Amino acid sequence: MFAAFLQYLFAGLTSGAIYALAGLGFAIIFNASHVINFAQGEFIMIGGMATTALVAAGTPLPLAIVLAILITMAVGMALEKFAVEPARGADVTAIIIITIGASIFLRGAAQVVWDKEFHSLPAFSGETPLDVAGATLTPQSLWVVGVSVAMIVLLWWFFNRTLFGKAMLATSYNRLAAQLAGVAVKKVLLASFALSAMLGAVGGIVMTPITFTNYEVGIMLGLKGFSAAVLGGLGNGMGAIVGGLIVGIAEALAAGYLSSAYKDAIAFVIILLVLFFMPNGLFGKRGSERV
Amino acid sequence: MKAVLGTPRFGGLGLLALIVGLAPLAFPNAYFYDVAVNALFNAVVCVGLNLLIGYGGQISLGHAGFFALGAYGSALLTGRLGLPPLAALAASAAAVGVLALVVGRPILKLKGHYLAMATLGIGIIIHIVLKTESALTGGPDGLSVDSFSLLNFTVTSDRQWYWIGGGLLLISVWLALNIVDSPMGRALRAVHGSEIGAEVVGVDTTRYKVFMFVISAVFASVVGSLFAHKNAFITPDIGSFFRSIEMVTMVVLGGMASTFGAVIGAVILTLLPQLLAAFEDYEAMVLGGIMMGTMIFMPKGLLPSLLLLWARQRETAP
Repeated sequence: MFAAFLQYLFAGLTSGAIYALAGLGFAIIFNASHVINFAQGEFIMIGGMATTALVAAGTPLPLAIVLAILITMAVGMALEKFAVEPARGADVTAIIIITIGASIFLRGAAQVVWDKEFHSLPAFSGETPLDVAGATLTPQSLWVVGVSVAMIVLLWWFFNRTLFGKAMLATSYNRLAAQLAGVAVKKVLLASFALSAMLGAVGGIVMTPITFTNYEVGIMLGLKGFSAAVLGGLGNGMGAIVGGLIVGIAEALAAGYLSSAYKDAIAFVIILLVLFFMPNGLFGKRGSERV
Repeated sequence: MKAVLGTPRFGGLGLLALIVGLAPLAFPNAYFYDVAVNALFNAVVCVGLNLLIGYGGQISLGHAGFFALGAYGSALLTGRLGLPPLAALAASAAAVGVLALVVGRPILKLKGHYLAMATLGIGIIIHIVLKTESALTGGPDGLSVDSFSLLNFTVTSDRQWYWIGGGLLLISVWLALNIVDSPMGRALRAVHGSEIGAEVVGVDTTRYKVFMFVISAVFASVVGSLFAHKNAFITPDIGSFFRSIEMVTMVVLGGMASTFGAVIGAVILTLLPQLLAAFEDYEAMVLGGIMMGTMIFMPKGLLPSLLLLWARQRETAP
C-alpha cells in the first residue's frame, strides 16, 4: 500500500523534475521578453534526439551530451534571432502563432533530419534498481532529479551572483530602465532563449533512458511545462518548479489510482481549474494592465 | 450600383457564389470534388473562427475539439439512438454551444497566454476523452457513421456534398458579414482595439467575447457533424491539437478580421498538402514556415495585405 504510493511518488517526482525544467524555461523567456515560447518542448526533443543520434554515430556519451546541448542552444538562439526578434511589438496572438509555427517547423525538421522512430540511451549508471521501503527506484531517476536540482542551483547562482544574470533580472523588472542603465537588452533576449534551450535539452537528455524520445515528444512535454509555469504563476521561477512537481506528482497518482489513460489529461484539468479560480497562478502577482 | 457591388456583403458574396458555382467546371474527376468539399468545410469553420480571432482578438487553440464533438455527437445520435441526421446535427450543435458558453464565461475573462492555454486544455481533454472512452466512441480505432439523409433524400456522392458545402459557406459568410456589421460586431472591434477603452465606454466585453466564442464553436460543431456523415468514418484525431493549430493557421494566413480572407486561407491550406503530396515529409516544415512567415512579414494576412498593396498602387498611379 505504502510501497505503491512511494512508487507513484518516485515516478511523479521524476517526470515533475522535467516539467519543472521546462516550466523554468518558459519563465526565463517570459521574463526577458513577455513571449510564451510554445517551442519550449521542441528543445527537450532536440536535446534527446541529437544525443541519441550522436551516440549512434559513435560519439562517446559525455561528448554527445555536450554537443547536443550546444546544438539545442544554437537552435534556441536562431529562433530568437529569426522568428521572435523580427516580430517585436506584434500582439500576443501573433507571437503565440509564431512560436507554435516554430515548434511545428522544428518537429518537421527533426523528422527529416533524423526519423520517426523511438530512440533510447543507455542509463548513465547502470540499470540495477534500488529498493526504498518496498518501492523500486532506478538510478536514472536519481540522475534526473539530481541534474534538475543542480540546474536550479546553477540558475540561482547565475541570476543572483553574476553581472549578466543580474542584468537579465533587471530587464525583466523594467526593460527601459535596464536599457538606460546600459544593459544590452538584445543580448539579454538572446541569452534567455539560449538558457531556456539549455534547460530543455538537459531535461530531454536525462529523461531519454527512462521514457525514450522521438520527434513528437516535445508537444506534450512542452504543454505540460507550460501548465507548470502557469500553475506557479507566469514568470515566477520558484512557482514554475513547484508547479512542475505538482503536475508530475498529480499525474503519477492519477495514473496509479484512477486511470492511466487519463494521465495526460490531468495537467490540463489542473490548469483549467487554476485558470477558472485563481488566474494568477499559485504564486503569481496580481497585475493590472496599462492602457 | 458600382458602390453596392463594391461592398463585401453584395459584391464579395456575389463573387464567392460565382466562384463556388463555376469551380466544378474545372474539376476533371471525382477526387477533386472530395478535396473541394474539404476545402469548403474548412472554410466554414474558419469563417466562424475568424469572428473570434480576427474580430474579437481572442485566440482559441481548441476548436478542433468542438469540431470533433459535433462529429461524434452526430455519429452517436444517428447510429445509436436512430435520430434523423438533421436533428442530431442540431442537438450536437446546441450541446457544443452550451459547453462553449459554460467554459467560455470564465476563460474569456483571461487574456492572451492564459486564454490560449485554457482553450488548448479544453481541446486536449476532449481529444483524450474521445480516445479513451472506447465503449462509446470506438476509441482510436474510430467509428463508422451513417450517410446524411433528409426526408427521403440521401446524400451519397461528393458532388452532392459539394453543393451542400457551397450553400453552407455562402450562408455562413452572409451570417458572419452581418454579425461583423451589427452593433455587437462594432463593439467587438473596439475590444480588439483596446479592451479597457471599450470597457470604459460601456461595452460589456466579456459578454461579446463569449458570444463570438459560442458562435464559432457552433460553426465548428455543425461542420463536424456534416464531415462525419460525408466521411462515413471518424477517428479521435479529427479533434487533435494539430488540427486546432491548422484551423488557426488558415484564419491567420488568409487574413485576420477578413471573412473572405479566412475562406482563402482555408482553401489554400486544404489544397497545399495535395500539392505537396510528393514532399509529404516536409509538410510540417512548410506549415510551420507559413505560420511564422505570415506573422513576421504580413501580420494582417494574405488578403488584407494584398488589398492594402492594391489600394496603395492605385493611389500612386496617376
